[in-house]
Amino acid sequence: MNLLFALLFYVATLILVGGIAYRVYDYARTPAPLKIPTTPAPTTSGGVAFRMFREVVFFESLFKSNLWIWALGWTFHLGLALVLLRHLRYFTEPVNFIIAFIQPFGMYAGFAMAAGLAGLWARRILVERIRYISTPSDHLMLALLLGIAVTGLAMKFLMHTDIVAVKAFFLGLMVFEINPLPSHPGLYLHLGMVVLLMIVFPVSKLLHAPGVFFSPTRNQVDNPRETRHLAPWAAKFEAKN
Amino acid sequence: MADETTPVAVAVPRSGSPGTQSEPAPTPKPAPAKPAEKAKVVAPAFREYPTIPALKIDSMVESNPYVSAAVHNESVGFPGTLVDGWEQKAVAKMGELLGKYRSLKVYMDACVHCGACTDKCHYFIGTGDPKNMPVARQDLMRSVYRRYYTLPGKLFPKLVGARDMTKDVLDDWFRYYNQCSECRRCSVFCPYGIDTAEVTMAAKEIMHSVGLGHKYVNEIIGKVHKIGNNLGLPGPALENTLEGLEEDVLEDTGAAVKYPLDVKGAEVLLVTPSADFFAEPHVDSLIGYGKVFHAAGISWTLSSKASEAGNFGMFIGNYEQMQKIAMRVREAALELGVKRIVVGECGHAWRVAYAFWNTLTGIGAGANDPFAIQLQKQLDPNYKQPSHICEVTWDLIQAGRLKFNKEANDHRIVTFHDSCNVARGSRMGDYAGGQFDIPRNIIRAVANHYVDMSEATTREKTFCCGGGGGLLTDELLDLRVKGALPRMEALNRIVQDNGVNFMATICAICKAQFTKVLPYYGFKMSMVGGVHQLVSTAIVLNNEQ
Repeated sequence: MNLLFALLFYVATLILVGGIAYRVYDYARTPAPLKIPTTPAPTTSGGVAFRMFREVVFFESLFKSNLWIWALGWTFHLGLALVLLRHLRYFTEPVNFIIAFIQPFGMYAGFAMAAGLAGLWARRILVERIRYISTPSDHLMLALLLGIAVTGLAMKFLMHTDIVAVKAFFLGLMVFEINPLPSHPGLYLHLGMVVLLMIVFPVSKLLHAPGVFFSPTRNQVDNPRETRHLAPWAAKFEAKN
Repeated sequence: MADETTPVAVAVPRSGSPGTQSEPAPTPKPAPAKPAEKAKVVAPAFREYPTIPALKIDSMVESNPYVSAAVHNESVGFPGTLVDGWEQKAVAKMGELLGKYRSLKVYMDACVHCGACTDKCHYFIGTGDPKNMPVARQDLMRSVYRRYYTLPGKLFPKLVGARDMTKDVLDDWFRYYNQCSECRRCSVFCPYGIDTAEVTMAAKEIMHSVGLGHKYVNEIIGKVHKIGNNLGLPGPALENTLEGLEEDVLEDTGAAVKYPLDVKGAEVLLVTPSADFFAEPHVDSLIGYGKVFHAAGISWTLSSKASEAGNFGMFIGNYEQMQKIAMRVREAALELGVKRIVVGECGHAWRVAYAFWNTLTGIGAGANDPFAIQLQKQLDPNYKQPSHICEVTWDLIQAGRLKFNKEANDHRIVTFHDSCNVARGSRMGDYAGGQFDIPRNIIRAVANHYVDMSEATTREKTFCCGGGGGLLTDELLDLRVKGALPRMEALNRIVQDNGVNFMATICAICKAQFTKVLPYYGFKMSMVGGVHQLVSTAIVLNNEQ
């Protein structure tokens, strides 16, 4: 089991990092030939950075759109962010004081995360329009994330595992040593689902995370009259004219 | 032009009789494939509260535009009919576009099916057909993208909703991508800014590339290339029309306002939608532009070569067509030696002019390449290039160079309909949102009674008129009437509460669409008009000849 999980984590990390790096490279190299910001849009690059900040941190457009989806989605993502930060303690020694400080918040964030996911899933099942657009993979993605949240919470509150050993396992992985992982079904389940999530990330809708930064309607400066914007493939047409 | 049988981009000819129409005009020439049924055009009832409609599966499955005949496809450079092996060619074309457009690539990947957009499209609100929900419309293409361009779609198509490129899929594309007016309302509300218009344009580009063309749009593009404008009005006809206008205005006002054509050395080249030359109420705004230039003493000209501001190349997502159409304006500007280029009241034309002309033709500023510099050194850097006619008029008002008799508009209680392409695809003035304020400022400067519609339906949240994106054709009238529902509801509220009797707008398609659609909702078609129609009514002219 130790070896299996060690291998899984190495492979999953490679896929996750390599996959996202490739996607980012692919998005970055694909030209945006025309200026298409959704207006009104910022007229300076500082303004665009601020728009993107509001979008990524507060989900501004979603807030304008639908308060239910916004509240559930934002709760889930904020919870996830805190939980991820909290888990950094498994990868660092000594633990940074900020990470130490947020430990209790991260604990409750786990509940927020699960509640947000459950709410989103309920909408997917109960709201006719959203049921119509849902694919099996949309449900499975929620199941996977909820499974990770629930098994994590269970290990915190119901069936503890030896987290000192877990930490030793991950610190070991980082220097290519394989330390024993506690034999604990909840832990196996939790880590197995995390591995699966890491693997599907670069080929799934989770690409919305890097994708939003490359969305031309959000990341372009509204200045088409002031500067000429020309993609390389489009410039070739001018030679003909 | 007399033998042309296109359903033209205008509602009624200038001499057309006013009054309400209860029946849609018959389509001049039914497409051979699908005989023109007696169109069932039904306006939905106003809703007491704007609730989200329940899904009505396949309720718009009968709504199809006419397929373009081979001759019209070929005249624009597309294959005449559906080519052999179109399935592979369509998929390959998709791959090409994914490599050329970052928008398409990111938008195919990023959607999480959150549902934020599902109730935002006017066509969904008006029809209840789930495939008119923006996400479902995108998924018509996304399902094919996943099948051919993603690993999970290749391995587990059912799991991720991936589909092969089949005739059924293509038929759905043709139906439902021609039920999108590319108005971008969904992109305002998407947490990733996914713009269905980008997907619709890509789908249309793919369909055209395999020989499945849209008759109305391709005929119009063919006419622009051949004659210079969407309506196919040749130079002499334009000249006649403009002389007629001069006589009319002289008779009405006693002022010798000129409507010049092809005048070399004029300061301003005005490029306006060709509907302005003879459709009601469009022409009243053209009269207004002329009065503004006259009153301000600015020399200006129209061009017979660039006698069209509209650019239907955008509607089919075809960069080369869009550029070719826009190049006529560049050429006219160079030939006439003008210092400024001004665009008349037209929504998508203003988006193309404002956001794309600098890219496509060098009409703008800030270039460092010879192609663009050639033109930019001719244009006056003290003005925005291009400028919207509303920017010109508002600047003149602020500078105190125009005088108005506001009481002349006192019989009107005015509201303003933000046109989608102006609202969400462009700007006016110096700050974000100027496109909302400047037209309203002008209206307030020329009329005493102004009321806004509900804020859920104006500014960036405005609803499309229902006729944009190349859908302004008679065989789609049922869709157009239904798609107008949210705008008609907002209008109805202020008609009831405030007695509004005039809806001003700055788009030729909005004007034509509303003229046709208003009667279905019990309003007079004459309720709609241009901002410069109001300017025209109130402006005080110098009567010396």
